[in-house]
Amino acid sequence: MSDAVHSHNAHGHGADHHDDHHEEGAHGSFRSYMIGFALSVILTAIPFWLVMTGTLADAQVTGFIILAFAAVQVVVHMIYFLHMNSRVEGGWSFMAMMLTIVLVVIVLSGSMWVMYHLNANMMPHADMQMDMGSTQEMRMSNEMSEMP
Amino acid sequence: MSSATANAPAEPRAYHLPEEPHLHEGHSTMLGFWMYLMSDCLIFAILFATYAVLGGSYAGGPGPKDLFDLNLIALNTAMLLFSSITYGFAMLAMEKNRISATQGWLFVTLLFGGAFLFIELYEFSHLIHEGAGPTRSAFLSSFFTLVGTHGLHVTFGSIWLVTLMVQVAKKGLIPANKRRLMCLSMFWHFLDVIWIGVFTFVYLMGVLR
Repeated sequence: MSDAVHSHNAHGHGADHHDDHHEEGAHGSFRSYMIGFALSVILTAIPFWLVMTGTLADAQVTGFIILAFAAVQVVVHMIYFLHMNSRVEGGWSFMAMMLTIVLVVIVLSGSMWVMYHLNANMMPHADMQMDMGSTQEMRMSNEMSEMP
Repeated sequence: MSSATANAPAEPRAYHLPEEPHLHEGHSTMLGFWMYLMSDCLIFAILFATYAVLGGSYAGGPGPKDLFDLNLIALNTAMLLFSSITYGFAMLAMEKNRISATQGWLFVTLLFGGAFLFIELYEFSHLIHEGAGPTRSAFLSSFFTLVGTHGLHVTFGSIWLVTLMVQVAKKGLIPANKRRLMCLSMFWHFLDVIWIGVFTFVYLMGVLR
């Protein structure tokens, strides 16, 4: 009986791998590549247009918008070009990607958080930073760090 | 308990090792290569973080607004995007076992990749001639490191592409070559994903700054 179960399992595994590689796996169709390409062109063109023409007066708002466009475009590339989904390779690719995203977020946000605060604290006139916004603070500290 | 042992001898106990699944050669290559790409992603994350921290330290030198020509970057982005879709077409041709179509699309991809590198090198040499080389300020050091590492990846991807074109020309679309082409496909599209981060975070945000 146990033999039957095992051989069934082994067969099941083999079938899974077969599916991964030849059906849902590595390739897309012409249509999916074209959809991905069209979306990428749009998602690239809009940020460039926003920045180059300066349509929005507020640089910070423009910055947030182009970051959002970049995030969406990364997802588009993952789905349409890299054919990523939670089923490829039995979900292991997806798990690896999730771990990477967590690490990237920690590295990026952590570095910026710590180093910007460090910059702010390096200001020689500590009393001056009380009434300044964080961006001004940063600009000041940058100017300070530029001094020889 | 005693009754269980008493009943057991009727059926001799047998131990089975689970049968090893018969996996074809290279079954784990794609997952392994994906792991490599993810670790490469961490390298870029660190370089992005470095640029985020140092990107505002101009040392009295030129900033992104003075240096970056967005027209050039838009052209560069287009080159990489075109190379991504043409590589996709190469993969579609490969699936249908059409060798000459595959080779043709790979060659077009190589041309777009080469154009990207040419434009990037032009930009770099332009910056260095303007006195804005990697030694000028922390901003420029981190800029050249980040964008240069990406460019180096594209360079090696192009070399790999040429290698695979020779392989396909010699041995045809055998399973091993298909697997290699699929790995390079992931690598190439991955570089495009990194470039999204570069043009957004370095160039567009830099000009906004």
